Amino acid sequence: MRAIVWRHAAAVLVTAFAVLPIVFVVSAALNPIGTLSSTALVPRGAGLGNLLRLFEETRFWTWYRNSVVVAGLTAALAVAVAALAAYAFSRFRFAGRRVGLVSLLVIQAFPQFLAIVPLYVIFSAISDNWPVFGLNSVWGVVLLYIGGQVGVNTWLIKGFFDSIPKELDDAMMIDGCTHTQAFLRVVLPLAAPVLAISGLLVFIATINEFLIASVFLTGDDARTLAVGLFGLLADQRNANFGMFAVGTLLTAIPTVLVFQFLQRYIVHGLTAGAVKG
Amino acid sequence: MTITRNPARHDRAGTGAAHPRARSWPGSASGVAVRVLALGLILGVALWAAAPLVSSGDWTGMAITAVATGVALWAYLIPRRLPAKYLLPTTFLLVAFQVFPVLYTMSLALTNTGDGHLGTKSEAITAIETSSVRRAADSAEFRLTVAEKDGALVFLLADPATRAAYAGTEDGLREIGGASLGPGGRITAAEGYTVLTAAQASARSAEITALAVPVEGGAIRSQGLSRAYRGTAALAYDAGCDCVKGDGGIWRSDEEQGRFVAEDGRALPQGWKVGVGLSNLGAALTNPKINAHFAGVFAWNLFYAIAVVALTAALGLAAALVLHHPRMRGVRAYRTLIVLPYAMPAFAMLLVWRDMFNTDFGLINRMLGLHTDWLGTPFTARLSVLLVQLWLGFPYMFLVATGALQTIPREYMEAAEVDGASPWQRFRKVTLPLLLLALAPLLVSSFAFNFNNFNGIFLVTSGGPFPSDNPTVGATDLLITYTFRLAFGQQGAQYGLAAAMSIYVYLIVAVISIIGFRRTRAFKEVS
Repeated sequence: MRAIVWRHAAAVLVTAFAVLPIVFVVSAALNPIGTLSSTALVPRGAGLGNLLRLFEETRFWTWYRNSVVVAGLTAALAVAVAALAAYAFSRFRFAGRRVGLVSLLVIQAFPQFLAIVPLYVIFSAISDNWPVFGLNSVWGVVLLYIGGQVGVNTWLIKGFFDSIPKELDDAMMIDGCTHTQAFLRVVLPLAAPVLAISGLLVFIATINEFLIASVFLTGDDARTLAVGLFGLLADQRNANFGMFAVGTLLTAIPTVLVFQFLQRYIVHGLTAGAVKG
Repeated sequence: MTITRNPARHDRAGTGAAHPRARSWPGSASGVAVRVLALGLILGVALWAAAPLVSSGDWTGMAITAVATGVALWAYLIPRRLPAKYLLPTTFLLVAFQVFPVLYTMSLALTNTGDGHLGTKSEAITAIETSSVRRAADSAEFRLTVAEKDGALVFLLADPATRAAYAGTEDGLREIGGASLGPGGRITAAEGYTVLTAAQASARSAEITALAVPVEGGAIRSQGLSRAYRGTAALAYDAGCDCVKGDGGIWRSDEEQGRFVAEDGRALPQGWKVGVGLSNLGAALTNPKINAHFAGVFAWNLFYAIAVVALTAALGLAAALVLHHPRMRGVRAYRTLIVLPYAMPAFAMLLVWRDMFNTDFGLINRMLGLHTDWLGTPFTARLSVLLVQLWLGFPYMFLVATGALQTIPREYMEAAEVDGASPWQRFRKVTLPLLLLALAPLLVSSFAFNFNNFNGIFLVTSGGPFPSDNPTVGATDLLITYTFRLAFGQQGAQYGLAAAMSIYVYLIVAVISIIGFRRTRAFKEVS
């Protein structure tokens, strides 16, 4: 029993560290004066003035829609693509496998935003031919973000696939299944926890991405939350802090929802049961 | 994607009898159907991609499309190319958006690309000639209307004598039809152009003043917001001597530096892009302004990345273990709250943390009753950026550690318990190794991320605090912020030099990543 008390004490401490800065942001969002210098940890009053200002003075909902669409598409597609590659690396033995795995790691070590000048050149060319995937287009940055994240996620998912007993696919294949069917019916369902985590990580990384979005999505209709909110503080740092805090909290909502939605997969690992059966 | 579900095989493995046809998949009806579908899909995409390239005669683009299509057909239509089928989407995306940009960056490092050296020589000549335009007594006048097309500024010009209408951009002048002229002889509307209001135009007056529409022997420039004149160029390029003449001077072309230089060594501001060989890569090592602090920045950078990984992993793992107990209550609530920092937008929270460290009204000083200038001294500033990154990063480790803990089969623990292992031994010998195995790739990628954590430093301290005698290198500068400031800082954009520096940063991270992986068990899994 004492051990449980200690566990709770530690958990409360860690939780407090995690939550306090967020409380500060909530307080700033409610602060009726709406400036940075007047914000305390416990709000002295509460009002929706900042929220109303944010909706009236900015195109917040357009930014919001863009961010959710970009992050959602990127997360879903990056995980799908990475899971395919991870399956090949985990289950097949082929020439170049080792080289492929190591190069994934090495290639991904290059921070994408350092190559912003080349990327801009590439996307200018794409814009000329296929505007759907060009500058100021959601699909263009989605592809770009997938390219920047797929390597890490392939590694993450491959590590999990390796822990799923190969005997399960073998059993499927003895029954006459193809590799594709073994992948879709056995490996993918069992890997739900890691797929959920990968998706969540990509979603969060994407919704937070600022530098690339600020170069590729400059049109008024194409801006994301990161670009829009950053502009808010760049204009008027002190006076806009309340609006900024409201925007920050609203930006967190989609992430929390995605996490809640995926939590059951994250929490209930399925492999242990599978080995028993 | 060529994977489709075969409706005939919905029964689960092991329960239903093997379907006889499915054994010979490559020849089976569904296999053929899948391949026909794949063929259609690939060819459809290829045709869609090729159409604009054919009409614009872009042969490089067509070659790339053809190769990509060929590879896709090879992978998906020939049976028994299983790994390639699964790897192709990843490969395409990586080549296009990761490998190619890296190679392009490397090629940029071999040039002098940057402010004043962005385009070709002929573009530089046009820029020189149009920017030297002066107004002469007999210059032709136009009535000007400032308009916009696709965000770019356009001069709508009406000739007062002929009432002909023109549209002028920085690319040149062309006559337009369907423009309506107002009473003052100015164009009031033109199809395809958005006329700016007086307020909009005056907000962009700097752009309007800078715009010069190149025409034969000079350019059209604005004078105020309603008039423009056709001026003559003071400077002109002479192909005979490969030099620019005018204004009583001669600037000769210097192909090595990519600019026009006069006798006295002074150059015209507009130059062009030329190859400079390895001199950027050399400058990064030998330029005393750049390399003097390299060692110090590198050491702090290394420490920062290692410390962030170690701190976030330790706290994340500890929190996951604390909550991983069958009799723990409220685990869901704890988990949700602990993960919250990761759900918050990082870039915004970095700015919030900066304000919490503020000396006068920062939350931390007020809560602790201190008056410490956290970001003002090297030690506290370093402590601060580490704390911020711990806060931002540990929920990520917590999430993955929680996920990994679930996958450790209960049988392992039961077996260890049966063998008489103490709780500590079970943790040390079973849980921890398995957790680290799952976390190892993450630790290495987290290291690589934090080694180049531009936002984590730049948004909190901007690299500072800076010593009073040296404003170019701060106490919390990482190589990447340091490079960024050197290359894009006061002297203007120097992409060539920046590319060279980023190659060094990349090499360091790649080497460290490989060493890191060799030292983890994860690397053994590769072989």
